[in-house]
Amino acid sequence: MDKLKLIIKREFLAKVKNKSFIVMTVLSPLMVVALFSLIIFLNEKNAEEIRTIAFVDESQQFADAFEDSDGVKYINLTSLGIVEAREKTKEFYYGLLVIPKSDSLSELSNNITFFSNDTPSLTVLSSVESKLENKIRNLKIAQLQIDVDKIKSIETKVTIDAENFSGEKSSKIGSVLRMFAGGGFGYLIFMFIIIYGTSVMRSVIEEKTSRIIEVIISSVKPFQLMMGKIIGNAMAGILQFIIWMVIGGILLFAITLYFGVGDVSSSSAQMAPEMVQQMQNSGNNDLQLVLLEIKNLPILTMFFSFIIYFLGGYLIYSSIYAAIGAAVDSETDTQQFMMPVLMPLVIAIYVGFSVIENPHGPIALAFSLFPLTSPIVMLMRIPFGVPWWQLITSIFLLIITFIGMVWFAAKIYRVGILMYGKKPSYKEIYKWLKY
Amino acid sequence: MNNVLRVENVCKNYGSFTALNNVSISVPKGSIFGLLGPNGAGKTSLIRIINQITLPDSGTVYLDDEILQPHHIQHIGYLPEERGLYKSMKVGEQALYLAQLKGMSKDEAKKKLKYWFEKFEITHWWDKKIQELSKGMAQKVQFIVTVMHSPKLLIFDEPFSGFDPINANLIKDEILNLRNEGASIIFSTHRMESVEEMCDYIALINKSNKILDGKLKDIKQQFKTNQFEVGLLSANKEMLLNQINEQFSVENSKTTSFNDDLRLLFSLKNGETSKDLIEFLNNKAQITHFTEVIPSVNDIFLKSVASNS
Repeated sequence: MDKLKLIIKREFLAKVKNKSFIVMTVLSPLMVVALFSLIIFLNEKNAEEIRTIAFVDESQQFADAFEDSDGVKYINLTSLGIVEAREKTKEFYYGLLVIPKSDSLSELSNNITFFSNDTPSLTVLSSVESKLENKIRNLKIAQLQIDVDKIKSIETKVTIDAENFSGEKSSKIGSVLRMFAGGGFGYLIFMFIIIYGTSVMRSVIEEKTSRIIEVIISSVKPFQLMMGKIIGNAMAGILQFIIWMVIGGILLFAITLYFGVGDVSSSSAQMAPEMVQQMQNSGNNDLQLVLLEIKNLPILTMFFSFIIYFLGGYLIYSSIYAAIGAAVDSETDTQQFMMPVLMPLVIAIYVGFSVIENPHGPIALAFSLFPLTSPIVMLMRIPFGVPWWQLITSIFLLIITFIGMVWFAAKIYRVGILMYGKKPSYKEIYKWLKY
Repeated sequence: MNNVLRVENVCKNYGSFTALNNVSISVPKGSIFGLLGPNGAGKTSLIRIINQITLPDSGTVYLDDEILQPHHIQHIGYLPEERGLYKSMKVGEQALYLAQLKGMSKDEAKKKLKYWFEKFEITHWWDKKIQELSKGMAQKVQFIVTVMHSPKLLIFDEPFSGFDPINANLIKDEILNLRNEGASIIFSTHRMESVEEMCDYIALINKSNKILDGKLKDIKQQFKTNQFEVGLLSANKEMLLNQINEQFSVENSKTTSFNDDLRLLFSLKNGETSKDLIEFLNNKAQITHFTEVIPSVNDIFLKSVASNS
């Protein structure tokens, strides 16, 4: 037991004292935050820029349609005529909108043109379009002699108040938040399993190539060495996770305060654009709602299941990685064994992102029970609430698998670490199991 | 008992390959025991079993008359042929770690390491990383790591590889020192001259079987072919040779002589003694050289392996 502790300590320190670990640990949250603030900064900069759009209204009906908004100013050049207006716009303005003369409003709506030096920004175009649509609609209403006020009175906006049977409110913001939390945690586990699994493998290969392995296993059992390595690396991983959470939390908090953007609950880098928009739209107005939703997340369950699934998933995969490391002589030889290991992880991520759309479907259930994918998929499901029996079954399967996997890997490891200069085949490794 | 280690009827198979077939050896206390054999004979398999790196399929190993158990690890020091250290770890840190894995306390290990580092005059290496040291320097550290926990049984597999002659000599002296202080040593090497020089006992393994073992002296005795090398000065060499050929079976010796004497190799038949030979020769010529031909370990090795195959 003492020896296991010694090995864990050494492996932990070897990992933590490594320069790349320190750099990764400190720089990653800084980089995420820097990226995030850059996006916000650029957004704000963009918003500050004022574009002037000139228009020539030959139909004489649209002069009052354009109110300045969203950093876009409008200027009426109808009096100059098209040719001169074009020249002027080329020189001074962002673009020129030409509304031709037409008898029919329907015909007119298809003949409006926008000239500009560069390809116009989509947001500007759509804002112009919606202004035109509004105006044309109003004109049509007037033509048909319908009372505008009556039309307005039939316009309705629906907001659904979703509530589950135990009375907790759930909202769209809540769902988005859950997608973030689930996706982020699942992705984090994926990253950690790969990074730390590979690190275990490297460490095994290093012991083989530096030939210290035989010196060490004349003092300790191979199983102790393998477990010490796996546990030591796991501890380094957890330390890194905690440091990231703390640094990231502090920095994100500072940034959000500084920019006055609503609450940002996840440092996850892969945000779908519409999510961001949704977040920002709602975040600005409904800061309190977001905070409430965060409070509503099953945070305790998420925290403990992150630890359990990280450890379970990591133990399964890192023992496979350790066995691969033991079987080969150098990292270049690992390729043929890596594919089958990475496969379930990658599948889990793909499935996971569809799972957050439909967290309680049959696919979600199946993959969150299957132990090779459950650490990722289940983690993504948990924020949406998972029945206890599923959670317990999944953890039970995970533990059974990891015990089996460690046993299996230890057998390969034991033989593999003493084999030099052979590039093993699957058949060879199968034979080792029987030694 | 007088044997620090007894290996009894050990067998080890890897799949269909037999690495050791019913091998038994006994290593007497305070001796240097040479474990010899061609490449792939099974030496390393045997050494790994003694170190409990692998378990034998059958057979028993006793250390000090106790069946080998995990706690015996601290009484064994092993310098494997395939050896190395963590390249990016500091010398001192690493030595402490390995000492603690052998069951020493940290303080004890520090004291011992200080002693050895001073002895080898390498105290200033303590904070260096292994990758900053030359191969020979790293080997010195490796040697210290092997012996620092004062084991009763030391196993050296090719201990001199990587050393220059000066350092090889230093290590050799240390090994002899350790033996004199009471440690028993298993010594596996292909350098026959160091076996000749250092070993008290040897065992020869070939193709998974032990084909020879015992006290080196006895084995040499056993391999003696009753041959004598003689140098003779005589005025008439031809006549002398004729006379000798009538009485003895003789051939020219391979050693060249510095004075102009006749160097001959006599193979005595059963019943003939060196005394008879000297009396015979003394009457006929001046004897400048007379020595019994003792087979070298190298000869014994080659002869045994050849006759075994």
